[in-house]
Amino acid sequence: MRRLHALLPALIVALAMTAGPARAVLPDERLADPVLEARARSLGQELRCLVCQNETIDDSNADLAHDLRVLVRQRLTAGDTDPQVLAYLQRRYGDFVLLRPPMKPVTWLLWFGPAGLLIGGLGYLVLAARRRGAPEPMPLTAGEQRRLDALLAEAPAQRPANH
Amino acid sequence: MRRILTILPIVAFAALAGGLALGLGTQPDRLPSALIDQPVPVFGLPPLGAKPGLAQTDLGGRVILVNFFASWCAPCRLEQPALAQLAASGRVPVYGIDYKDKPEDALRWLTSLGDPYGRIGIDRDGRVAIDWGVYGVPETYLIDRAGRVRYRYAGPVTAQILTDEILPRIAALERS
Repeated sequence: MRRLHALLPALIVALAMTAGPARAVLPDERLADPVLEARARSLGQELRCLVCQNETIDDSNADLAHDLRVLVRQRLTAGDTDPQVLAYLQRRYGDFVLLRPPMKPVTWLLWFGPAGLLIGGLGYLVLAARRRGAPEPMPLTAGEQRRLDALLAEAPAQRPANH
Repeated sequence: MRRILTILPIVAFAALAGGLALGLGTQPDRLPSALIDQPVPVFGLPPLGAKPGLAQTDLGGRVILVNFFASWCAPCRLEQPALAQLAASGRVPVYGIDYKDKPEDALRWLTSLGDPYGRIGIDRDGRVAIDWGVYGVPETYLIDRAGRVRYRYAGPVTAQILTDEILPRIAALERS
């Protein structure tokens, strides 16, 4: 048992290594230039595999994802900037290929909707609480006023000093 | 003011629920083509067998149907009768692009199923398909007289899809 405990950290490290990013990127797809390959990896995380639709092209084993990984690397090797590569695929596959939806009027609801709902809801709560929390005090009746006056006149010295 | 405050959350909730209910009816897996109303991408593909090949210069002048297929693709088998029927009717030219296929496999496949295509381009590496925004075969496109992409159907064109979707759109494009 004690030996098993000693092995545990090693096991965790081994598991973490197998669960690393870009599982589906095949050795023969990789670029020799480590800088370009790193850019290709970060782009691969931004692009949706259109076959599986909820995976990045780096994570997907689909044939099209492989083709797109190769294409991204070819564009980078040809001298494209990262935004140019993304625009190249966006022209062909639309905004859907980008996992991070672009900011434009049709996506404003998507980007700002949750924050808008939260702010609107909080504003509503504040407004509603303020109206409900501060009711107008009722004026004293004539009898109550007389009683209060009598009490105040009776023993002013007996009132607690720290109040 | 008090009445507005009472009704506001109900209205806001109803609007949100209504919007989400509408969203349930959409088909997010039916992706819209990014090429709609755009000119056909520039391409030129070598022929398969005896048929002429296909390039973007062959598209335009009249309404044309372009179908991406592959012999290894099972759903492509399902749409061959409808495509053959359309081609036999002579309504529009039916052109094919053979996607990531071995020519000999495609020829064997077309011989056994019947070949509806007037022209066939062979896209060995699938690069032309990427330019068209194809994400899986079969996909079917309608090209208008000006050589623009006007419609994309992803999935097999069955007899019903042909009648309900493709033919009315061909008629509309021919009128415009």
